[in-house]
Parts: sequence; C-alpha cells; structure tokens
Amino acid sequence: MAKNTFSSAFRKIDVDQYCEDNYREDDTDGGPTGPDENEVNSLLQKGKNLDALKLVLTNAPLGSKNQQTKDNALTLTLKVLLSIKPPQIEEAVSQLSPELLDVVMKYVYKGFECPSEGSSGHLLLWHEKIYNQGGVGCIVRVLSDTRRA
Amino acid sequence: MTEQHRFGTTIAPITCHAWNKNRNQIAISPNNQEVHIYEKSGSEWKITDNLSQHDLRVMGIDWAPNTNRIVTCSADRNAYVWNQDADKKWKPTLVLLRINRAATCVKWSPDENKFAVGSGARLVSVCYFESENDWWVSKHIKKPLRSTVTALDWHPNNMLLVVGSTDFKVRVFSAHIKDIEKVPEPTPWGSKTTLGTLLAEFSNSSAGGGWVQSVSFSPDGNKVCWVAHDSTINVADASKGNATIKMRTEFLPFMSCTWITNNSIVAAGHSCIPVLYHHTENGLVFSAKLDASQKKETGGLSAMKMFHSLDKQARSEVSDTSILSIHQNAITCICLYNGTKSNCTKFSTSGLDGLLVIWDLNSLERAIQGLKIV
Repeated sequence: MAKNTFSSAFRKIDVDQYCEDNYREDDTDGGPTGPDENEVNSLLQKGKNLDALKLVLTNAPLGSKNQQTKDNALTLTLKVLLSIKPPQIEEAVSQLSPELLDVVMKYVYKGFECPSEGSSGHLLLWHEKIYNQGGVGCIVRVLSDTRRA
Repeated sequence: MTEQHRFGTTIAPITCHAWNKNRNQIAISPNNQEVHIYEKSGSEWKITDNLSQHDLRVMGIDWAPNTNRIVTCSADRNAYVWNQDADKKWKPTLVLLRINRAATCVKWSPDENKFAVGSGARLVSVCYFESENDWWVSKHIKKPLRSTVTALDWHPNNMLLVVGSTDFKVRVFSAHIKDIEKVPEPTPWGSKTTLGTLLAEFSNSSAGGGWVQSVSFSPDGNKVCWVAHDSTINVADASKGNATIKMRTEFLPFMSCTWITNNSIVAAGHSCIPVLYHHTENGLVFSAKLDASQKKETGGLSAMKMFHSLDKQARSEVSDTSILSIHQNAITCICLYNGTKSNCTKFSTSGLDGLLVIWDLNSLERAIQGLKIV
C-alpha cells in the first residue's frame, strides 16, 4: 500500500501528457445555431407559450462551442419558462418527450445559477413538475452530460 | 422469495462476487486487497481460504465453472489465475498483463481457455495459457480505446468481446487468438477475425455524457445491452443493422446489467433495487421493480410517540433510518445463480451494504402482479 505523506504535489503531475492516444472529445459539426428569437417572441406574443417552449428546447444549442449563442439561447429559454404561468406548467411538462425533459431540466438548473427577480421560485415549480415526470434520472442526466446549457 | 446472506462479521462493501459451478462456494472481495472463499455448510457460510496475493483493491473476480479456476484482477495492475491444490488450497499463477494502470474488470471466455482483462491503461488484455512456457500471456486490444475500460463481456461463440469504457463508447472487438484456436464462423457482427478488429462501435449518447458501467451480450450473441452513468439502458442489435435503442430511465444510474432470457434484462445500481426490462419489437419496455418491499406498517402510531419524536428529532416518524429496499446501498454486481443467460431462474446481487441477495425469478413472477418474464 502507498505510504501516507503530506505531500500532494504528485497529484498535479499530468502523467498522460506523453500518450498520443489521449481521450479527445468528438468534433461537433457546429451544432444548431440556437432558436430563432423573432419566431419565439412572436409565438409568445400570440400567447402560444407551449409552442414557444418546444421551439426553444428542440433548437437548444447545447453542443455549441460559441458562448454567445449559448447565452442568447439561455436568456430566451428562461424568458419562455418564466412566461408560462404556474397552473400551466404541469400541462407543458406532460407534453414534452423524455429527450426534451432532459433539456428543460438543464435550463432550470442553469436558471438557478443566474437568478433574476423572482425567477428561482418559479423555476422550483418547474423543477418539481419535471421531477415528477422524469424522476431522479432526469437530474442525473443534467449532472452527467458534457453538453451544458 | 429472496435469500439474504452476510459473510463473516464484516459489514464492509462487497466489491464483487463469483460462484463456483455447484453454487456452494462463493468468492467475494470485501473492498480490499483480499479475496475470501466461503463454503456453505448447512445454513452457515464458512470461510475456507483467503486469497491474499494482491497489494491493492481487487477490482474483478471470475470463477470458471468447468475448469474450476479463479481469475482475479486488481488495482495493483496484476491478475492471478488460482488453481486448487490436492489439499484444497488455492495457489496463484501470475499473469503478464503488461499494463501501467489498474486492472478494472475480468471475465473468462465461455470455453474457459482464455480471459479478458480491462484496465485503466486504455486497453484490453486477452490472456491465454502458453503451454510451451507454462505461463499465461496476454495480447492487447488497444485501438481505438481512448479511456479506461470499465466493463466487458464475451460473445457465446468465444471469439468476440464487447467492451464499455469511460469515453462514452461501447465497442465490439474480435478476440480470436490464432495460436490456440481455429478460425470461427462468421457472425452478424462481421466476418473479420484478426485479434483487435473493431466490428462495431456505439456511442452512449450523441450528447457525449455518461460513461459505460456494464455491458452484456445476449444469449444468442446478436444483441448487446449496456447501462451508463446517465441513467440509461441501451440495446444494440447486430441482426438489425446495429440499430440501437436507448431508454432514459427515472432511476439513479445502473451499475450492472445482464440478460436473463433472450429478451429480458435485469439492471441494478445506485437505486438499490434490481429492475427488469423487456426488449420487444417496439423497443425497450420497463417491466417491473423486482424488489417489492413495502413500507412496514408501524404498529399503530400513537399520538404520544409522534409528539415525542417531533419534540426530539423534529420529525413525525422514527423508522426512516432504512430505505425501502432489501439492499440498503448501491448494488454493484449481478451474477447468474441458476440457469444460463437464456433461461435464468435465479440471480444474485451484491453491493456496498455488504449484503448478498439471491433473487428467485419464478417466485417473483408469482408474487408481483403483472410480471411476466419472456
């Protein structure tokens, strides 16, 4: 067994740097460029909040390397999430496929990360409804996925 | 319905376990560098041997039923093949794995003439006995593995390996050793037989998440199922052009999975319960939780008891120190106990709670309403 020492410097040595077959992330083909802001806004104005929700989630640029695209999508998605009134949340969640449930859960957690006035309380309601449908697996997939919102 | 066993006085986690052919002996590792052999006498488990050759934690054990040999691998980068002497003691033979990272998993091939060891060195060592030199040698499968191998399983034809790793991929390789074996028949996975040929590659998720925890070949060898850390269970079918099905479950991630018929899979993991899935024409279907533990009725919760508990612990119940399942912590290992992958009737699970449970599928089928194992 290894001896206990107080030195932990060895942990910082990158022993893998001389291997040529290190793990590399798959190259992504740019990924989706994110949802169309005008289209989403016009859907919101017409009161079609559920359609707007599906639109932002299916076009979510989770694999994108462009931080600006991701930030725009996040702002837009949070706007849609917050525009859906608490009594409608359950209906909205029930219409989402398992894949989209994972995506919306990612945005809920991201929303907790950068809160605005009154947003966290609203997102907690979303969290509760998504959890009821997707179970704890939904949360695990937010944690384990390398493509963040 | 289920049998529960504990070994010795230890309550340490069981890293992994393996049964002998007659199922009256078991090899377990109590989360350290030792492997303990227990033999059943009556209703008691008696320790008969302690295999203490490894220096670091044992990661995998497999017991070859017919040749009665045990192979163990460990984080100390070594594997040993154990043979039983005339005096019933187990004697080790070192295997030359030639790896510079921990060995993580080990499996005998169905014909028991070779075994495969997965490791953190991003490779699989396929080991066989070289009679000229009287030792176990290994050949490496390297490319295109890019990360630690976490799980592997043999095809029933003794020639193919399925390998799961932390680069989120599942791969099927040819593991034919031409020095000791004849050229195999082609399978739906492909006809190339050179050792290390990549026959199929599946990505666990397009979103690049969830390392692979466990893989299993179906009994007919045409399907592969795997479970990953994103709480999914997946099946790939070679007879249907490598079509894959992914099911996002509502449970915590599974750690282990195995086929119990050609269409049914048992998976278990951090949720502490084994779960049954069916693979049908229409995809994967959740069948049942096999642990039907119910909340115990507390013998009439008296008002006084409730207020007492509220006062002392700020909760109305006192009996919530255990979870509602037989296993009280994550299940890490599933082994077949009775039958084969095509007609399993009993299987065993062990986990971090140090408990070994034997599940009887026939009696579970009668006890759980609507459960039908096909």
